[in-house]
Amino acid sequence: MNLGYYPGCSLHGTSDDYQQSLKACFGALGVSLTELDDWICCGATAAHTLNRKLSIALPARNLALAARQGCDELVAPCSMCSMQLKKAQRAMAQDAALAEEMATIVEAKPGSTRVLNLIDVFERVGLETVKTAVKSPLKDLKVACYYGCLLTRPPEVVEFDDCEQPESMEKVVEALGATAVAWNYKTECCGAGMTMANEETVLELSHKILADAAAHGAQCIAVACPMCHVNLDMKQAAIEARYGTKFGMTIYYLCDLVGLALGLTPQALGINRHFAGRNA
Amino acid sequence: MSRIGVFVCWCGENIARTVDVNRVVDEVAKLPGVRCAVNYKYMCSDPGQTMIREKIAAEKLDGVVVASCSPHMHLKTFRKAAQTAGLNPYLLEVANIREQCSWVHPDREEATAKAIELIRLSVAKVKNNHALEPIKVPVTRRALVVGGGVAGIQAALDIADAGYEVVMVEREPSIGGKMAGLSETFPTLDCSQCILTPRMVDVGQHPRIKLYTYSEVEAVEGFVGNFEITIRQKARYVDITKCTGCGECSKACPLKKNKSEFDFGMGTRSAIYMPFPQAVPARPVIDKTVCAKLTRGKCGVCATKCAAGAINYEDKDKLVKEKVGAVVLATGYKLYSIGKQDGPVAGYGEYGYGKYKDVIDSLQFERLLSASGPTNGEVKRPSDGKTPKNVVFISCVGSRDNAKGLTYCSKICCMYTAKHTMLYKHKVHDGQAHVFYMDIRSAGKNYDEFVRRAIEQDGAKYYRGRVSKITEQDGKLIVRGADTLAGEPVTIEADLVVLAAAMRPADGVTELAQKLNVGCDQFGFLMESHPKLRPVETNTAGVYICGAAQAPKDIPESVAQASAAASKVQITLSSTELTREPEIAHIDERMCAACFRCYEACPYHAIEKAEVRSRKGELVKRTARVNAGLCMGCGTCVSVCPSKSADLEGFTEQETYAMIESLL
Amino acid sequence: MREYEIISVDLRVGNLMKTTMPGDPISLLESLSQTKFADCYQCGKCTAGCPRSAHMDKMPNQLVRLLQLGQVDAALGSDAIWQCVSCETCTTRCPKKVDCAAIMDALRQVSYERGMTSKQQTAVVLFQKAFLDSVRRNGRVNEVEMIAQYKIEGFAKMRRLDLLFDGAMLAPQLQMHHKLHLIGEKVRDRDLVRRIFARCMDGKK
Repeated sequence: MNLGYYPGCSLHGTSDDYQQSLKACFGALGVSLTELDDWICCGATAAHTLNRKLSIALPARNLALAARQGCDELVAPCSMCSMQLKKAQRAMAQDAALAEEMATIVEAKPGSTRVLNLIDVFERVGLETVKTAVKSPLKDLKVACYYGCLLTRPPEVVEFDDCEQPESMEKVVEALGATAVAWNYKTECCGAGMTMANEETVLELSHKILADAAAHGAQCIAVACPMCHVNLDMKQAAIEARYGTKFGMTIYYLCDLVGLALGLTPQALGINRHFAGRNA
Repeated sequence: MSRIGVFVCWCGENIARTVDVNRVVDEVAKLPGVRCAVNYKYMCSDPGQTMIREKIAAEKLDGVVVASCSPHMHLKTFRKAAQTAGLNPYLLEVANIREQCSWVHPDREEATAKAIELIRLSVAKVKNNHALEPIKVPVTRRALVVGGGVAGIQAALDIADAGYEVVMVEREPSIGGKMAGLSETFPTLDCSQCILTPRMVDVGQHPRIKLYTYSEVEAVEGFVGNFEITIRQKARYVDITKCTGCGECSKACPLKKNKSEFDFGMGTRSAIYMPFPQAVPARPVIDKTVCAKLTRGKCGVCATKCAAGAINYEDKDKLVKEKVGAVVLATGYKLYSIGKQDGPVAGYGEYGYGKYKDVIDSLQFERLLSASGPTNGEVKRPSDGKTPKNVVFISCVGSRDNAKGLTYCSKICCMYTAKHTMLYKHKVHDGQAHVFYMDIRSAGKNYDEFVRRAIEQDGAKYYRGRVSKITEQDGKLIVRGADTLAGEPVTIEADLVVLAAAMRPADGVTELAQKLNVGCDQFGFLMESHPKLRPVETNTAGVYICGAAQAPKDIPESVAQASAAASKVQITLSSTELTREPEIAHIDERMCAACFRCYEACPYHAIEKAEVRSRKGELVKRTARVNAGLCMGCGTCVSVCPSKSADLEGFTEQETYAMIESLL
Repeated sequence: MREYEIISVDLRVGNLMKTTMPGDPISLLESLSQTKFADCYQCGKCTAGCPRSAHMDKMPNQLVRLLQLGQVDAALGSDAIWQCVSCETCTTRCPKKVDCAAIMDALRQVSYERGMTSKQQTAVVLFQKAFLDSVRRNGRVNEVEMIAQYKIEGFAKMRRLDLLFDGAMLAPQLQMHHKLHLIGEKVRDRDLVRRIFARCMDGKK
């Protein structure tokens, strides 16, 4: 299987451990990725915060590249990227005048590539196939599946899973032999892009997530977004210091767990590059 | 040679100000066949009508044209006047020179010219009119009531007490509906069953009410005054004529842990069960989906215990036919399903209904409050049986929610939520009720005072805002809401959460409505004929609606509507014959080619496929035939008939062509 | 410390509108957010579910209420719009399908364009600006460049020394995990990126 690949700025930057992990994991599952040539930033929070047109134009440029490069399916492992791409697609589909305007602004026609998130890829491969490929089942591992905000919201835009009680990540985790714990903060915000400019927000919100996961018996948290990973992993020490609680919670990218179950080493998956946790 | 009289009305200034009525009279008097033409200030008044009658007699008129306001106003008045004078009323036509002339054309010349043309048209028509007699349709003087809740019960008792036989069909094994399961009712806090069960017994014992419980309407044929209803009596597996209601069977039944429908899942019942102690009829029924004998051929204990030998495992559904003249639909409501998607209506995943045991809906809470309920009237948490000290009530769950699919207000929830807080407080003195609301709708008699009592005397705390999410932590429910009046988010740790779910029409109502040609609105509620002036009638003659099946409403309104529907039924059944207007379609059977295009086209299913046979019984020909009882005179058959055998009395092809030709 | 304003009502006209913006700011905001403010029936579900509402000077439903009343400036100058984390919970749960998150975006955009952003939230505004500037220059975010611009501009505007040295220990830590990318990536067609920015943000063709 070959899929188009839109890494987004984080996966080439601070969160390139995520890229390392998913490339190793996909490789083991026979999924090859063709990176979108000359892709640009999707605009992330900054674009939709400061300028609506820009927030649609930047994804539109990427969608035009995908169309030109014959890419039917595009994996965007960062949930902000995947949401912004889908949002732009939907806005242009509903407003022909807007679509025309965007085509002028980005000097090409944005196509109708199907945008996939990380969990989508495992569903495309097929959970049965993943299960069969498992070499070292993650027995006795209790995982809290954390979706964050933008994988399931807004539901009309992302059209993925149930926005109140999602289960898609749990199904993958269970296919690996691990146990997905029931907990309350699956879709609560971690603080998003406030990491630098308003650190208090991240500390408060991410603390609640870590605390609830721990209270429900989780040994680790699985994520599918690089921003969530930074806030829960890189900031865990600051959270522990602020709130006086030791969590030691490992934050895994979902592809980390899949890779481990498939028999890949932590080093190959970049897990040694995470900051927090040695609980599991 | 025709002798037509033309009467031009001034309508005070309404016509005369714009139309030169004197000139009109002069002009139309010249029309061939017009015997006399007069004008008068108010034709509809007594002197005006007298003038018409006198002229009919004096001039021996054989046709009359009244040029006045719209026929919607006074056609009947003028036709009655003609009839009194001995002229067949259908030989009188109205030319509308007000709404279609003087009121819309300001220019005097133009309006006067048009008035003359309009009268010319009517004169041409009247020359071709036939005398018609009203049609009489026989009436079966019995009624059918579908639904045995409080509305159905009231309607049935009213009709039966008026002297007519009533057939009542109820889907559940007992009548009583939702009201039988309530604890106390607002605003009096009367015990619901105490006020309802005497009525239920009256229905069960009434000499003129034939009660079919555990039954449904399978098919409907016929028309007003002449309905033939096929009823499916579902197999109870208990012969209710032999059964004495002793209850030994349920006691003996080993399968006791089935969710009780009457308790809305809050309690359990056995496989053979009495719906509730005050059931009418007080007879048990076997749940064939769980009974061991019926599913696997094992057990059979109840039959051995039954001293009356009333258990019959071989029982089958029966189809029964009943003839009635009028039908009342009182099928009631169900609550919105909250947790999951139900057709086009989305669920509320954010409230955890179905996931958290201690999040329940309002009917389930009623069962907890009810003295005859699964907890004997003690408010207990479903999860651990403890008494909740903090109960959160959430209004508008499903109602007034465009995003989920139901935009309407369910009307009763503000009132019953206030009631719930009071009943809870009366039972748990140190408990605290919290209500999240958007508005308070308490518009009935003593209603607003009732809600204020809950707040001012019984200490209920009301927060104006919705709840966003409910999660569970350490056995408590964390309810995240808001109070917009103070501008604060409000989080409450509750022991129990009660959701005021929207009222929706009962399941299966759309299918039933289709059988009766009754419409439903986009939410499935039965459609009334006119929302203001005809709230209990439908667009199908002889079929009436009442209660929550028509729209969300409380008990006083349901009872009032039920009596209203009953009175309409009594009008329909008041004589052995129904009179219908004769302006209906007629098919010339000599010319009909039996292509049956009219049969396909008729929206009222009023055309029958008939056979013409000789005296020896040989088939002469097939023909279409109009059912005079059902035809509404729409004229669709006339327009599709290729052989011109279909025609509309009162608006025949000849009359219509005469009108057109008079203008050419 | 909140400032309490007395809202003057022009009783002759019955107009509560209070804004320094010319033209029809309400229509502009409704067009940017693709939503009608009149649809909101102030149920408060957005406020109830917002993870930041406890910290906001104006709750989400209050911001919409201000717009319903025409109090545009008060909404544009609020802290709340910059404390919002764009989690989309409000939009997802709104029973009237009011896109509250988009309203927040619209308020932020207009507030920024008109220079009306709340003083207390300057750090957040500067961060987003630094992010976009980096993308405008390179086509992709250059993290080190962006953070440097944020810190320098932040210090210049807010005179906050702590901002300069905040997270200084982060750099060596990132290096330890091989996450520090001193040299950012540049896309090839940077001219197109600049044209896109110019068309969207500077009103160029």
